[in-house]
Amino acid sequence: MVVSCEEVWREISNYLEGELDPNLRAAMAEHLRECKHCTAVLDGTRNVVQLYGDERMFEVPAGFSGRLHRKLESAMPRPRGGAFGWMVAFAAAAVLLISFEVGSSSAFTRLQLRSEHAQPAATPIPPDMMVVVSDEGRTFHVAGCKFIHDKQVRTLTARDAMREGYVPCVRCMRKYVDVGSLQQKIPEEREGGE
Amino acid sequence: MALSAVESSAEKINEAMLIRRIRNGEHELFYDLIRPYERRVYVTTFAILRNPADAEDAAQEAVLKAFKNIGQFREEARFSTWLIQIAVNEARMRRRKEHADVMEPIVDRQDEEGNYTPRDFADWREIPSETLERKEIREKLIEALASLGEKYREVFLLRDVQHLSIEETAKSLGISVASVKTRLLRARLMLRDLLAPGLAGSWTSKLSFAKGNKPW
Repeated sequence: MVVSCEEVWREISNYLEGELDPNLRAAMAEHLRECKHCTAVLDGTRNVVQLYGDERMFEVPAGFSGRLHRKLESAMPRPRGGAFGWMVAFAAAAVLLISFEVGSSSAFTRLQLRSEHAQPAATPIPPDMMVVVSDEGRTFHVAGCKFIHDKQVRTLTARDAMREGYVPCVRCMRKYVDVGSLQQKIPEEREGGE
Repeated sequence: MALSAVESSAEKINEAMLIRRIRNGEHELFYDLIRPYERRVYVTTFAILRNPADAEDAAQEAVLKAFKNIGQFREEARFSTWLIQIAVNEARMRRRKEHADVMEPIVDRQDEEGNYTPRDFADWREIPSETLERKEIREKLIEALASLGEKYREVFLLRDVQHLSIEETAKSLGISVASVKTRLLRARLMLRDLLAPGLAGSWTSKLSFAKGNKPW
């Protein structure tokens, strides 16, 4: 079987998909060995498929995931979440108030330092915190988190990770993620009159 | 890039379980269900709407619709395909609404059965993968994709960007398998023609689609 350039172009996509009968495939391979133009078309088409199929091709805007989750949150029915949310919010407010009070008293300066671990619950993720990400994944983790599935990881600051579109791991970053979303929830619930 | 069959079937079982639990009231599990696909939803709406702000709105709306309609998801289908289909519909709807007055590019009105003749025979073999690290290259590729007519762009997006199968692409767009193949071939060849001069030569030369018609 002999095929023309036009026939090669018509079938080039199926050729790449591996969807041709063996005879036609062999005839095309034969043609491609001789024809520089068709080889250029085939190589270029293959390159197109490879380039656009690469995950790096499209960037998701920074913060996309966070905004999406907030939008979802406002749509989720919360049979008991309302009251619970208020309780947590009050508790967080109380902790904040107390830490202000305590912090302003010089006698308890050391206590304020020690309570550092309790406070981040009411604050966003520290932007300079070092976290790890993998190019395959979408989440960033505290180094050593069990949920890092990929072996190839790189270290960067939380700020940079978020800028690159990574979202915090729900396991190792739980304390930030949960309370952060509850805080954002409060004004919406108030409007809803729950 | 493709998952092995074992992994993907394990993933499917896990997904089916998640979906069942969400339907039974554990709504917050929807975050886990959606997380692996957030990016794909955005890329889908972006490729159709060609504008990050509109794409994000449409992506959010599509995910919300998926959540609200999770009861309608049929378990024999693939969740990712169902979700992308919702994203395609959402983006298409917005596109029609907002750009109803805009003409489609000429290529859309061509007979898709007619043969496509490549215009450029530049030899373009070496594509180091680091090429994509360069933002200007990604922008050129995105611009080239955006210049394709809608029907070619959608097919190319689902098959070559989102890696759906030919059959899934046909189903998602409501067209025949034969149409998918024809449009896919044309989309790939057109993109190659648009990109070959730049990628085979230097990116300093203007891409050929600069002189094409871009009515938006």
